[in-house]
Amino acid sequence: MVLALVLGLLLALARISKSRILRGIALVYVEVMRGTPLLVQLVYIFFVLPAIGVNIDPVPAGILGLGLNYAAYLSEVFRSAILSVEAGQTEAALSLGYTPGKALWKVVLPQSFIVSLGPIGNYFIAMVKDTALTSVIAVTEILKTANVINAQTFETTQVYTAAALLYLLISLPLSRIVSALEKRARVHV
Amino acid sequence: MSDEVIVSARDVHKTFTVTKTPGIFSRLRGARTEINRIEVLKGVDLDVHKGQTVVILGSSGSGKSTLLRCMNKLETIDSGRILVNGHLVGYEERDGKLVDEKASVTAQKRTDLGMVFQQFNLFLNKTALGNVMAPLQDVKKMPREAAEELALQNLKRVGLLDRKDNYPSKLSGGQKQRVAIARALAMDPSVMLFDEPTSALDPELVEEVLAVIKAIAAQGTTMVIVTHEMQFARDIADVIVVMDQGIIVEKGTPDEVFFRPKHAKTYALLKRSGLAVEPPAAS
Repeated sequence: MVLALVLGLLLALARISKSRILRGIALVYVEVMRGTPLLVQLVYIFFVLPAIGVNIDPVPAGILGLGLNYAAYLSEVFRSAILSVEAGQTEAALSLGYTPGKALWKVVLPQSFIVSLGPIGNYFIAMVKDTALTSVIAVTEILKTANVINAQTFETTQVYTAAALLYLLISLPLSRIVSALEKRARVHV
Repeated sequence: MSDEVIVSARDVHKTFTVTKTPGIFSRLRGARTEINRIEVLKGVDLDVHKGQTVVILGSSGSGKSTLLRCMNKLETIDSGRILVNGHLVGYEERDGKLVDEKASVTAQKRTDLGMVFQQFNLFLNKTALGNVMAPLQDVKKMPREAAEELALQNLKRVGLLDRKDNYPSKLSGGQKQRVAIARALAMDPSVMLFDEPTSALDPELVEEVLAVIKAIAAQGTTMVIVTHEMQFARDIADVIVVMDQGIIVEKGTPDEVFFRPKHAKTYALLKRSGLAVEPPAAS
């Protein structure tokens, strides 16, 4: 998640930067990541990269895959949030002696972060659920564990219901926390 | 009033370029990208002396706001020179040409010009006090306590000490504008620029903002004010400048401009606001 947030923000900044090269690179990255299934990306990282000599363990591979993928989506959230902050805010900051970079960092980004809290929360919850996909690259997460238990006990209904409940158990409090955070931050903007 | 010139504009020209790209279907039918150039400033000269209050009048589109925004380089200029305290803001001169200077140098010079906007532009995620403190801490690098003390002093100047903990969403338009004035004043600029400070306000809130501006002018602050408030202009100005279609058509004391307007445009402005005395002898 941290990887997705940081990379997402960097991508968003690249997309609105003055440099055509940076904008191009970020755009291609975002389109490729959003245009191909996460499942394929995970498989690619785990099974194809070793072919060119990059070996990554299942868990880091899963984290990397999810992070790289969600960064693309989050970058779009950040980009639209940054653009939604009125130009007057930047002008005011510039007129007070902020450099353009400082105006972005101190004035625009804090406000756009408040706007993007909700969507970030949504993606965060989606990400938790998408950890299920990492089972295909042998990460022992909830679904994988359920498969193993099911194979031993054949209690299919109970096992997968329990797995589903576990996901719910994680996502429900998360969505509560997100809406509480959003409510607190939004009071003034 | 001293002879020291704070802002000096010489032969300032500025053109807006509006590019109109036709949609894909019009382009297939042979439409080309249209480039319209609008000359907003056509050679403006203006001196603002220390302690002076200069009011710029003119109908919309006359270039008055643009001239103001060129002073701290929120807008670029095409040619001419604008000096603030003897320095170009945002440019270096190389072989007689204007070249953009480093952003950090421009930022430093901008602290010398306080600006108040029509739309207030308070930082929405900060309280009134936070708004005034932010640039003191972020730009002037003042420690927190000193910034807070100075911010409180300036909120007091605009009469909003009791509102210091309110966020902009809980302030009226007039209060927001007064906070914006305090924020700009706290930076101790050598000139304050007001860009139609009351144009976005409900009529009943205009007076409180004008009163604050008058009080600051009385303390000897150098100011350039763009406004449509004619009565206010007459009360506060040392020099009134009338602009029309990118040039200054008239310049004088309030008495000269209001009672003996030389230009037809000035007379038209006065007439529209019900302050006209007699038509100009010749325009």
